[in-house]
Amino acid sequence: MAQPTIKEVLLNPIFHNNPIGLQILGICSALAVTSNLKTALVMSVALTLVTGFSNLFISMIRKQIPSSIRMIVQMVIIASLVIVVDQLLKAFAYSLSKQLSVFVGLIITNCIVMGRAEAFAMANPPVVSFFDGIGNGLGYSAMLIVLGIVRELFGAGKLLGYTILPTVNDGGWYQPNGLLLLPPSAFFLIGLIIWALRSWKTEQNEAPDFKMAPQVSNKEAY
Amino acid sequence: MSNQQESTVRTLMVALIVCMVCSVFVAGAAIALRPLQVENRLLDKQRSILAIAGLGEDGMSAKQINALYDDRITTRIVDLTTGQYSDAFDPLVYDQMKAVKDPKLSQVLSGDQDIASIKRRERYATVYLVEDQGEVEKVILPVRGYGLWSTLYGFIALKSDLNTVVGFGFYQHGETPGLGGEVDNPKWKGLWQGKTLFDGSGELAVEIIKGGVDPQNPKSVHQVDALAGATLTSIGVNNLLYFWLGENGFGPFLEKLHKGEA
Repeated sequence: MAQPTIKEVLLNPIFHNNPIGLQILGICSALAVTSNLKTALVMSVALTLVTGFSNLFISMIRKQIPSSIRMIVQMVIIASLVIVVDQLLKAFAYSLSKQLSVFVGLIITNCIVMGRAEAFAMANPPVVSFFDGIGNGLGYSAMLIVLGIVRELFGAGKLLGYTILPTVNDGGWYQPNGLLLLPPSAFFLIGLIIWALRSWKTEQNEAPDFKMAPQVSNKEAY
Repeated sequence: MSNQQESTVRTLMVALIVCMVCSVFVAGAAIALRPLQVENRLLDKQRSILAIAGLGEDGMSAKQINALYDDRITTRIVDLTTGQYSDAFDPLVYDQMKAVKDPKLSQVLSGDQDIASIKRRERYATVYLVEDQGEVEKVILPVRGYGLWSTLYGFIALKSDLNTVVGFGFYQHGETPGLGGEVDNPKWKGLWQGKTLFDGSGELAVEIIKGGVDPQNPKSVHQVDALAGATLTSIGVNNLLYFWLGENGFGPFLEKLHKGEA
């Protein structure tokens, strides 16, 4: 197997192998924190750092980890990093940490972190693992930022709290789409983005699990 | 090598070392960042007191908040049993949350008293006053009670008639984001403004009701719409209001303050 290069692992996850778009991981937090761009950005940075460093540390000790407890060791390292990130947010961005509430803690259970630790860091040297984690974090961030921009701009007429489209409520002309501020809208948006991504890069299409049989009867079912 | 790596002793050793390193790391971060966090929490509390009293605005810097707070808010200690101001503690130093845990300064509530499920009630509470030339303009009372998952900590601000709500909100809770967490929703908090707590005969009449408030109903001045999808949080908020405005909470204090005897 060819050794993955740093450039590959850093840039591939953004479009080519996006953790949300292709691997369909980390959807839950993508729904929850993207109702405005600011929380989406903070969450992106937090997750990128956690994924990068958890990959780094796990890869450093990958040869020492007995396989019978490897999951638990990974979890301990990830959880420690998440707690530290949470503490940092509480110390330096208190109001943001209140808005993100449980979702920072839930980075522990974000499938991307665990998935990269298990799939990549356990089999690759530290430096390239670190960049793989950062790359996947960037892939997640790209998706979150797109969602955050669309949802905040069309849901509230603002970006990062600054008014772009003055809304009817504030005397402007823009009638905001309230659905975009609710979590389900992120589902629709992620679906549309995946559709667009797979139309662009057709190799991402998965083979269907089963095929529809051709119509054999000339009568329709009553 | 793989045999050696999988032995029980080795597995335990690796687990132990990983745990040690991680715990030192986490504990170190927690202790190093504690002073900043405490400062933030205090600032957040001041900010929410100001917001509930209808003073100040969003986006004020920490310094502005401190200055405005020192300028407008007077803190006093109230003896909840007698309902009178007390000088037993310095209001700037007194920590109400610590007093709750101190058996000398708090008492266990019996089941029928404890409608807000707070288990213990402190003897002394901090109240925050907005004064204008010596006259009390607004009274801000700390309240707390159990919702669905967590104890909600908040403030209710009353006008000088001690009946009309100026603002009501929570600064700390752990309710479900999007459901019970909507107690933080500015729209819902806005519903409280101008509501009156007591009816004509002086009985507590404030109520959180399901299904929308009918403005035609004469009781609607006491009623607030419940949170959708958060029945238990709404009930919890209702209960904590009844506790803190009732005879075991600030009831005696409000009565004395009304008569001018506090």
